[in-house]
Amino acid sequence: MTPCSGVQQPRNLSRRFARALWTGLCGAVFLFLLLPTVVVIPASFSAAKYFSFPPATWSVRWYVAYFHDEDWLAATSFSLEIALLSTVVALVLGVLVSLALVRSELPGKAAIRAIVLAPMIVPHIVIAVAMYLVYMRWDLVGTLPGLVLAHTVVCVPLVVINLSTGLQKMDPSLEMAAASMGADRIAAFRWVTLPLLAPSLATAAAFSFITSLDEAVISYFLSGSQGKTLTRKMFEDIDFDLSPIIAVASTLIIVVSVALMGSIELLRARNARLAAREA
Amino acid sequence: MSLASLRDRLSIIEPIRGGAVSIDAVVKHYGSQTAVAGVNLEIEPGEFVALLGPSGSGKTTLLMMIAGFEQASEGAVRIDGADVSWMPPHRRNIGMVFQKYALFPHMTLIENVAFPLRMRGHTATERKRDAAAALRLVGLDGMERRLPGQLSGGQQQRVALARAIVYRPPVLLMDEPLGALDKKLRERMQIEIKRLQASLGATVIFVTHDQDEALTMADRIAVMNHGKIEQVGTPIDLYERPANVFVASFIGETNLLEAIIVGAEESAWVLRLVNGSVVRATPAAASTPVPANGKTVKMAIRPERIVLREPGEGLVRGTVGEVIYAGSSLIYFIQIGDAGSLTVRVPVQSIGPRPSRGDTVFLSWDAVNALAY
Amino acid sequence: MEAIASAAPAKDASIGRRVALLMRNSKGFPIPLAVAMVAPLLIGLAVAFVQPVGQLLATSLWHPDFTLVEYQRIGATPLYFRIIARTFLLATTVTVAALLLGYPVALFLARLSGWRLTVATACIMLPLWTSVLVRSYSWIVILQRNGLLNTFLQWLGVINAPLPLLYNELAVVVAMTHVLLPYMILPIWAALRAMPRDLPLAAESLGANGPRVFWHVVLPLSMPGVASGTLMVFILALGFYVTPALVGGPRTLMLATLIGQQTIELLNWPFAGALAAVLLVTTLVLVAAFNRFLGLDKKAAS
Repeated sequence: MTPCSGVQQPRNLSRRFARALWTGLCGAVFLFLLLPTVVVIPASFSAAKYFSFPPATWSVRWYVAYFHDEDWLAATSFSLEIALLSTVVALVLGVLVSLALVRSELPGKAAIRAIVLAPMIVPHIVIAVAMYLVYMRWDLVGTLPGLVLAHTVVCVPLVVINLSTGLQKMDPSLEMAAASMGADRIAAFRWVTLPLLAPSLATAAAFSFITSLDEAVISYFLSGSQGKTLTRKMFEDIDFDLSPIIAVASTLIIVVSVALMGSIELLRARNARLAAREA
Repeated sequence: MSLASLRDRLSIIEPIRGGAVSIDAVVKHYGSQTAVAGVNLEIEPGEFVALLGPSGSGKTTLLMMIAGFEQASEGAVRIDGADVSWMPPHRRNIGMVFQKYALFPHMTLIENVAFPLRMRGHTATERKRDAAAALRLVGLDGMERRLPGQLSGGQQQRVALARAIVYRPPVLLMDEPLGALDKKLRERMQIEIKRLQASLGATVIFVTHDQDEALTMADRIAVMNHGKIEQVGTPIDLYERPANVFVASFIGETNLLEAIIVGAEESAWVLRLVNGSVVRATPAAASTPVPANGKTVKMAIRPERIVLREPGEGLVRGTVGEVIYAGSSLIYFIQIGDAGSLTVRVPVQSIGPRPSRGDTVFLSWDAVNALAY
Repeated sequence: MEAIASAAPAKDASIGRRVALLMRNSKGFPIPLAVAMVAPLLIGLAVAFVQPVGQLLATSLWHPDFTLVEYQRIGATPLYFRIIARTFLLATTVTVAALLLGYPVALFLARLSGWRLTVATACIMLPLWTSVLVRSYSWIVILQRNGLLNTFLQWLGVINAPLPLLYNELAVVVAMTHVLLPYMILPIWAALRAMPRDLPLAAESLGANGPRVFWHVVLPLSMPGVASGTLMVFILALGFYVTPALVGGPRTLMLATLIGQQTIELLNWPFAGALAAVLLVTTLVLVAAFNRFLGLDKKAAS
């Protein structure tokens, strides 16, 4: 380190100034990232009828309004139902596919992986419009099965990626050991593979649930008069009247997302700590 | 833990009848590669057989076929006479110990050991009792509720062992189980495994690349190379009468010299080394006919079978290079002219010449100890 | 001593044996079972994904005879051409902005540790975990006439009347940059983290000062991350629907919102298909280039 002599001081000062500028710039970017994410939360507590920020008076009237509004509650429960069902279906199909891709000599694995992951690459607008045209013909617009199917297509890639990584990290000799001791495939899966895959499954389930809940484009096109997702309703109301009730819905979505992903992260950190302690 | 307590522990085992394993003309191809190129081996019940060879020799592939994790491209695997070539591993009633132990990290030790019992439908009380007994057998009582991640390598290996024998399988397969342990621990485990097997009576097929380990533990050793068995025999057979140059150099230390046949006597062949010395050697198989004079052969002799003598006639003459003190013996590296060099191992307490670096020495050996190929 | 008898050198296993080997392999899952395991998903994808997208693209070319008229329309009509050009331009702007803002943040993050790192990571993850719809809505909250920014500026006294900050291209750029910024930061950060710590130190010991260390050592090694992030952000920006739809207003149509409009309002499905084909092909070409670039870059880095 350079000693602090009289000649060096100007350079130290300029270095400190540069450092402060640097931290300031990064801080500004962090603010840029965070502010829009959280600004809806205080906005939801506004007492005014029309939208204003910052709220002149604070109140929970819009939360009350939300939980008494049939349309909003119907859209919310519809979205939650879809998210739950899509996650379950995506997990089941995803587990089967991941097992086949990682633990078998199936030919054409690269092609299969490409097809399974394709929905991640294709822009959602293309998927939305394409499915809309087909759904119109089969009268599936706004139906629960229709939306579950669409969301599953989009959630499965995440599940497969998570589970494949988890499976690859697992020592294959564990399953061999189980077999040598008398476990057939089902028993080996139940007692060895599944418990060890549980963290990956949890992460995959959380990602899948949030992806489905947040899904806006496909849900918008595939919602109809029979069934409307939460995101579609929000979309409509933003265009229509922009009342703070939308902020309430947004805040609730944020809370659910953060709660889910936060607990996954906490679990992961806890597991890492336990593993480190044992080693 | 003393050997006495080991004996106490082992005295409670009831022996079982080991299984007979028969490997019948087994071949294994992987695409264009051949891992096992035609192997026949009969293993008696209760035998401890080592599959010994360098990596790539096919020994692990062979073990996997006996276990059922690979299927033979040709040939058949039989256990107690029944053809199990197409039987999945979980129905073969074998026990297996893996190189990296393969303990279930999410189960406690007792749950790990009880797992095969659970697979066989034993009740909870039976499982607890038998698994605890097995853990006691390997000296890990008191640690039932621990997790594998909290154990040392040696302890994990013992748990793997307990888990493989708790249901008393007639055949035990071991895939280089001691490879990850340090020398002292490995030697102790070798004795424990051997004693365990002797008390239990199970047939053990043990894969290793360490010839010391094989010589220590096995009743018979099958030396494998490039997918074939080079020789099967007791440790003494393999050590004293290796069937070919590969086995001679793989097992124990051997000196190899080039020589030419110059004649034959009643019980030995007469060879001339490159430096002109005339020596005697015998073929590995006594009935082998002597090749014609002038043919090149290889001569193998173990370092401890060469004797240092006072100067005299008919002896091989050489110059001492290095002398190494190895605790129980002295190792001499001796240059014998153009013929190459010989390593000679002399016990420290022996009488006889004690040359040092640069000295001229005179060597001889019994013809029966020198093998000609 | 025992004699060794080996079988004759291996001949090719019989056909029956080879089929049996394929079918009943005990390592992992045998092939017939594996096929049964992937079949449900593949069938579902074929029905719900491959067929619809294929049909959409097909309608753009065959209605009912083969024709390129829809594609010609894109090129020929100034309106549509302008929309596509605007989409590419905005996507580029967003990518550049994200790079300029994201790279310093990634550098900053790479030097953190301990609780500071945890907090900073949470700051990046939080926006990622929040729905795009919610975040786009937040920008409406911020940019509208009586929104956060206008209120703040008026309070500061900088302006007297609210500025029209919303429903124009600027709003779209700002909002999309915000939404896509984490996708730029994460790959660059990962690349910087993977860099061995003593490399910059070694460079300094060889006589390089701060900026030169950065330019010659850190920057080149972070390039794979930069490439990743840039391509990902650009591809996402091209196909973005939600943010331009909410924040851009009817005068700032982009490719995705145009496709939506053609489908739902104008019911012009063949044309929508053509537009979708353009978007899809561009995306696939970029992804393929991405893979090739990453492969090349790995060789350069080593």
